Amino acid sequence: MDTTQYMDVFMEESREHLQTLNQKILELENNSREPAVLDEIFRSAHTLKGMSATMGFERIAELTHEMENVLSNLRGTEIRVNTQIIDLLFKCLDALENMVEAIAGGDSDTVDITGLVGLLRQSVLEDSDDVEAFPKNEAFSPDFSINQYDLTVLHEAERKDFCIFHIRIDLDSGCIMKAARAYMVFRKLEEFGEIVKSVPAVPEIEDEQFDLSFQVLFVAQATQEVIHHALESIAEVRVGSLALVNLNDVQPSTTTRPGVVESGGEDTAAISEQPFIPNEPGAGRSPATGAKLLKANQTVRVDIERLDVLMNLVGELVINKTRLDQIAINAESTDLSETIEHIDRITIDLQNVVMKVRMVPIEQVFNRFPRMVRDMAKELGKEINLIIEGKETELDRTVIDEIGDPLVHLLRNAIDHGVEKPETRRQNGKPVEAIIRLVAKHEGNHVVIEVEDDGRGINPEAIRAKSVKKGLIAAKEAEQLDDQGAIDLIWKAGFSMAETVSDISGRGVGLDVVRNKIESLNGSIDIQTQVGKGTMFKVRLPLTLAIIQALLVNVGKEIYAIPLSTIDETTSIQPGQINNVQNQEVVLLRGKVLPLVRLHQVLAVSGEENTTGELFVVVVRKGNNQAGLIVDSLIGQQDIVIKSAGKLLQGIPGIAGATILGNGDVSLILDIGTLF
Amino acid sequence: MGFDNELQLVAFFLGGEEYAVDIHYVREINRLLNITRVPRAPYYIEGVINLRGNVVPVIDLRKRFNLAATEMTDRTRIVVIQTGEIMVGLIVDGVSEVMRLSATSIEPPPALISSVHQEFLYGVGKLEERLLILLNLERVIDLDIAC
Repeated sequence: MDTTQYMDVFMEESREHLQTLNQKILELENNSREPAVLDEIFRSAHTLKGMSATMGFERIAELTHEMENVLSNLRGTEIRVNTQIIDLLFKCLDALENMVEAIAGGDSDTVDITGLVGLLRQSVLEDSDDVEAFPKNEAFSPDFSINQYDLTVLHEAERKDFCIFHIRIDLDSGCIMKAARAYMVFRKLEEFGEIVKSVPAVPEIEDEQFDLSFQVLFVAQATQEVIHHALESIAEVRVGSLALVNLNDVQPSTTTRPGVVESGGEDTAAISEQPFIPNEPGAGRSPATGAKLLKANQTVRVDIERLDVLMNLVGELVINKTRLDQIAINAESTDLSETIEHIDRITIDLQNVVMKVRMVPIEQVFNRFPRMVRDMAKELGKEINLIIEGKETELDRTVIDEIGDPLVHLLRNAIDHGVEKPETRRQNGKPVEAIIRLVAKHEGNHVVIEVEDDGRGINPEAIRAKSVKKGLIAAKEAEQLDDQGAIDLIWKAGFSMAETVSDISGRGVGLDVVRNKIESLNGSIDIQTQVGKGTMFKVRLPLTLAIIQALLVNVGKEIYAIPLSTIDETTSIQPGQINNVQNQEVVLLRGKVLPLVRLHQVLAVSGEENTTGELFVVVVRKGNNQAGLIVDSLIGQQDIVIKSAGKLLQGIPGIAGATILGNGDVSLILDIGTLF
Repeated sequence: MGFDNELQLVAFFLGGEEYAVDIHYVREINRLLNITRVPRAPYYIEGVINLRGNVVPVIDLRKRFNLAATEMTDRTRIVVIQTGEIMVGLIVDGVSEVMRLSATSIEPPPALISSVHQEFLYGVGKLEERLLILLNLERVIDLDIAC
């Protein structure tokens, strides 16, 4: 079988399963009594085994098989979950990850696993003699529960001379895309009749949350032979059983709630000889929605590059739409204006949709942290409880891709420098277990990510001493800094608190790298710290990097764009209203003193500044303060596509980037945070 | 003359002398486009241009090399070059030609060849009677190097 075409699918899914395994084994370590967790681990390992065997990656299959043996013994309670087993399983995962990545890199699987396999076998033998072969079909029970609604549908079908079938479908053990096969089965069945329900329920089947078989209850006006034949014609699908159901055999359930008797007679009933199972997932799903959901919830994996191209095209469209707006103003044609208004709406919708498509939950990044924190804490002999909040917060894909490394850095810092050793914590009257909180949340047009520890905090004195010692700052200068200023020295290149270079930190890659990265994403990072109490890093990131709303203003002959998110209001004043307070021009705006900034001057625009007549003021927010920017005139509000002004011009204070106007000219976007 | 030892160069005029850069760096050569001034940028950054949807900074080479300023003419060109991730336009007095030059005819820059800062030079190429000043582009566009 030629499997190259499945390679991408294999890689993607393997990584997903490995991620699930990592997460779930962590859960298992913390809560070893939850059978559902084990089930999920088992399922992922099993799928991984099946996939890799089909693709011909024997070592991965072998290793996962051995892991399964251990897992099944855990499940059968022959052995207990203990640290050794968890560590061993993690080692296996690391090996699997290496193997998968090696395959991705073009190598065949060459990683040596004999040692691990030996350890796995040993751990099975230690605790039990009977090594059972890997079990099957435990993910769900083969029986069916039927609720009132289903029963009504079945009775109705029978009245109309439909036959009722109970079908069990088995997929080949090497089946790669089980959900796709299941979908084909559903489609085939729908040619004959209607699916009343399936076990597991449709969403779970779509998520491939089943082992190798599933069951459906199906009504149709066809014979068993025809259906059997039709199903067998689908590749990798076998009909495990196909039985006609007689509704009279459907026994009322013993758990029927008394007093609730509806048209069908029984409230709940169970098919087959097995007892009724309460809380059957998917119970109550109507046949129609069941079938429709299968279609509605389909997803497509798309190369991120294609999305980028799409985004660029939408960007170009926005630029040209702006150009059209200007043409329409000059042309004074109502038809044209109406059409453009229409295009305007469509463009906005399109933009929003593309934007949404690019949004990814930050979960993707956060998911790898629990394991990392666990391993590091263990290595350093610290006890740490990592609390993650808001992992469903969505961010632009480009931001997600870039934010991982800075966050790893901050977490490592927190674990290595922030959190004290358990004995120190005990001496200081703190709980032995340190808490590191990783929180993502929305704040206006931004997403804020906080990394907070309850460790020792940062002592400004220590920073001063260290910076002077490293030659980053003169001793005299250091003395003059206030505490916050001293703490801000940690952002300087070359700063490191570590006395010795450890595996974890102190390699000279400092917080300056973190800050640069975040600023290159148009974000910002702050630190709040209190000696003895802890440290919090607060990262602010823009929701998207691509298109923003901005106010275009004239300053002399030049046009600048001011992001709307920073503007509180616009107003106009008379020159006579301007007062001087300590050499700073201010104006009284509704009883509040508003400092003024003449853009003409701060941007060194050539030409005479308008000093008489009405002055236009754009009131902007910078942190907690307001300021009024004096401009020559306001052009209007517009969607602008943010373009980088190139690496060369990065970091010019006051300039956030550039955009292309409707006439093709470049206009600069002001960065209020660093402008004045 | 071996193929490997031959350089293909784009030659251009600047302040009465002829300069050249390796053609591999050259993306395109444009007439003057509308340039938007960038406040607070180094003074030899003339501004940014719209190059088919990309915003590209432009360096005035005369200013970069501390040469006397002149009026822009019909022959003034923007040579767009790319080194690594950086794309940048260079304003020159005019582009003369694309030529081949044997690597053996390139000598290190003599101490006092021109008014241009030594650091920006890669060497001097001799082509019959012409002298071509070869630029070290990485340094020319490195804004940390003052002229």
